[in-house]
Amino acid sequence: MITLSTPARIRRSLLLVLGLLMLVLLGAPAAQASLPSSVPAVHQTQLPAATQAPQFENRIGGVLRGADGPIAGVTVTAKGNGFEGEATSGPNGAWSIGVPEQGTYEVEVDEGTLPEGVALAEGQENPRQVTFANTSSATTLFLFGEGIVSQQATFLDTLAERALAGFSFGLLLALSAVGLSLIFGTTGLTNFAHGEMVTVGAVLAFAFSATLGLPIGVAIVLGVIGGGLLGYVQDAGLWKPLRHRGTGLVPMMIVSIGLALALRYTIQFFFGGATQQLPGSQSAIIEFGSVAISRNNLTSLIVSLVTILLVAFLLLRTRIGKATRAVADNPALAAASGIDVDRVIRIVWVVGGMLAALGGILWAYYRPGVSYNMGQQILLLVFAGVTLGGLGTVFGALVGSIIVGLFVEISTIWLEADLKYVGALLILILVLLFRPQGILGRSERIG
Amino acid sequence: MDFGNILINAFGEMISPTTAAYALAALGLAVHFGYSGLLNFGQAGFMAVGAYGYAISTLSFGAPLPVAVLVAVVASVLFAIILGIPTLRLRADYLAIVTIAAAEIIRYIVTTNGLTDITGSANGLAAFEGGFFGLNPFPQGTYNVGPLGMNERDLWIRIVAWSVVTIACLLVWLLVRSPWGRVLKGIREDENAVRSLGKNVYAYKMQALIIGGVLGSIAGIIFTLPRGAVQPANYATELTFFLYTCLLLGGMATVLGPVVGAMIFWVVLSLTQGILYGLIETGTITFLTASQAGQLRYILVGVALMLLMIFRPQGVLGNKKELAFA
Repeated sequence: MITLSTPARIRRSLLLVLGLLMLVLLGAPAAQASLPSSVPAVHQTQLPAATQAPQFENRIGGVLRGADGPIAGVTVTAKGNGFEGEATSGPNGAWSIGVPEQGTYEVEVDEGTLPEGVALAEGQENPRQVTFANTSSATTLFLFGEGIVSQQATFLDTLAERALAGFSFGLLLALSAVGLSLIFGTTGLTNFAHGEMVTVGAVLAFAFSATLGLPIGVAIVLGVIGGGLLGYVQDAGLWKPLRHRGTGLVPMMIVSIGLALALRYTIQFFFGGATQQLPGSQSAIIEFGSVAISRNNLTSLIVSLVTILLVAFLLLRTRIGKATRAVADNPALAAASGIDVDRVIRIVWVVGGMLAALGGILWAYYRPGVSYNMGQQILLLVFAGVTLGGLGTVFGALVGSIIVGLFVEISTIWLEADLKYVGALLILILVLLFRPQGILGRSERIG
Repeated sequence: MDFGNILINAFGEMISPTTAAYALAALGLAVHFGYSGLLNFGQAGFMAVGAYGYAISTLSFGAPLPVAVLVAVVASVLFAIILGIPTLRLRADYLAIVTIAAAEIIRYIVTTNGLTDITGSANGLAAFEGGFFGLNPFPQGTYNVGPLGMNERDLWIRIVAWSVVTIACLLVWLLVRSPWGRVLKGIREDENAVRSLGKNVYAYKMQALIIGGVLGSIAGIIFTLPRGAVQPANYATELTFFLYTCLLLGGMATVLGPVVGAMIFWVVLSLTQGILYGLIETGTITFLTASQAGQLRYILVGVALMLLMIFRPQGVLGNKKELAFA
């Protein structure tokens, strides 16, 4: 278990992740050169058997290491679900086999290709069954020699890989969380319909690209604009009138639940219950040493990082950003000093809607898939991030979301993958127990 | 379109065990939210605890019916205590987020593959209702309740379910008009005032959370018995939100409100389904598919929840002065 009790430790883990990110960014061009050019893998049909297939999102992998270091040139095969693939371990001992679907595969090390004097350790099943557990990668370790394994390195590799994925996931959560936190800060509303704003972004992007045939870049921009529009309409049609009626916060929260139900089923009404894929949802895996990340995840990471830096810049350096922070701090005082509070709140709703829509599109690539309830699935994680960082604080939402993202992904090393959200929700409860104002929140009485 | 049949179906929904379970769980929410001002968004979790507590103790440990029910109740008391310790000191919106998170944790845990032997993971558990129907005093046959025909099992579960609802209503009614209930309403109105009178607000809130939670857990058992199966997908957050719709329909700080609310909720759902499907069959409506008609009903639920909250927060039976919020 990772406990994030002290700020120092958090700072350290953040530094670690930032360091990793730098590494990734610096290493990217070099790694790209050695990669096969990206494969248009949208309408992939039957592949010939025994192909190393980096174009599959799902993959089985591992690292072969003996007592003297990595073992290269060993053939590993995976069979199952009507698919057969093989891979050869690289100079660092890493191997990975792309497979078309998640499921159970029989994985075998070809002992004939092992170098002299190296044999599988006792009790190592070969072949063995490897099952995916809701994640896009399954790892299996073959131990060599008499139980002498450099497991430490393998563990660090796994950790780095999970941390990178978690960082990418955390940043996309942060996109939604920043909007939610801004809305909470300026209006006091705990918006349960924020998950639907996430969904709307992805569904619109899908509608524009798949149904209207627009290029995906245009569709994404239109989806984000649509999200902003939804924010505008919501505030103009519902929340502003309610604020002016003097509706309390708890009734508004329940209204947002009604809105969430209505929006969710409206989306299902038009979109249907099935999961659809955005164009380019299957992307190549980029490997940096033994750390692998899919091209989509890397893109998502960079896009959300840039967006968040932009929002931070706007909040800290522009007039409207300062006005927003003033309203979040004390609406009455802000109004008294000549800030148009309703205008600020309107802008916050539009920006929040756009951020949520962008988060939804990235979430659609991360899962991968677009479905009518995809926003609802991360809503609680977004809440966890926001609460963890401190309700109403923008940078708290960012830090909290990254911690939640990291925790969700890293916990899969120990936890069953279908329990990975449980860990994040548990931290939410624990934080409220020990530091209810969140990591960056002001320590005022909130009970 | 057969209006008689649609009306009979709606009547059937009104007295169905599912409606009874909704009424009971919503009554628990009335204790939480209506009388104590606790914004519990995790009632689905309490129902899941009850249902799984009953099913697991029956299937894994072969417990007889009373023991299984007792296990379910004790489990929900423990869940309420665990949930209450960190959250009851917090503001309403924090409490809402934590309870909804706790309910989801329960759902993830009973869905995980690692516990398939005990919980049946996503497929859930089945065939645990034998003990209950073994107690059925009615001989095999067809029974008529008003215009509705049913077999002896349907009759037995309906009688038990609605008896439980009646007893629970009586108990809650007695509780809220007792001195204990008055303190509770005092906490809802002004926590600090009650605290300054020397009352232990935290303990009262915890007691209210436990009582409402136990009602939720019994509702969970009643919900699963007629199905003969318990599945995690039934206990998602939507269930809690539907319960809130029932509660707000009837009136949140009333004893009969949740019951009336649950009946209205299911009757309206049944009527809209009957009428929409009828219109689709006769070809009057061509722009809807049957599944879209199903979704349209839930859009209506969401819109109804919003409109209720905005325009008639006291519900059908409630008194506007007795709201958990200003």
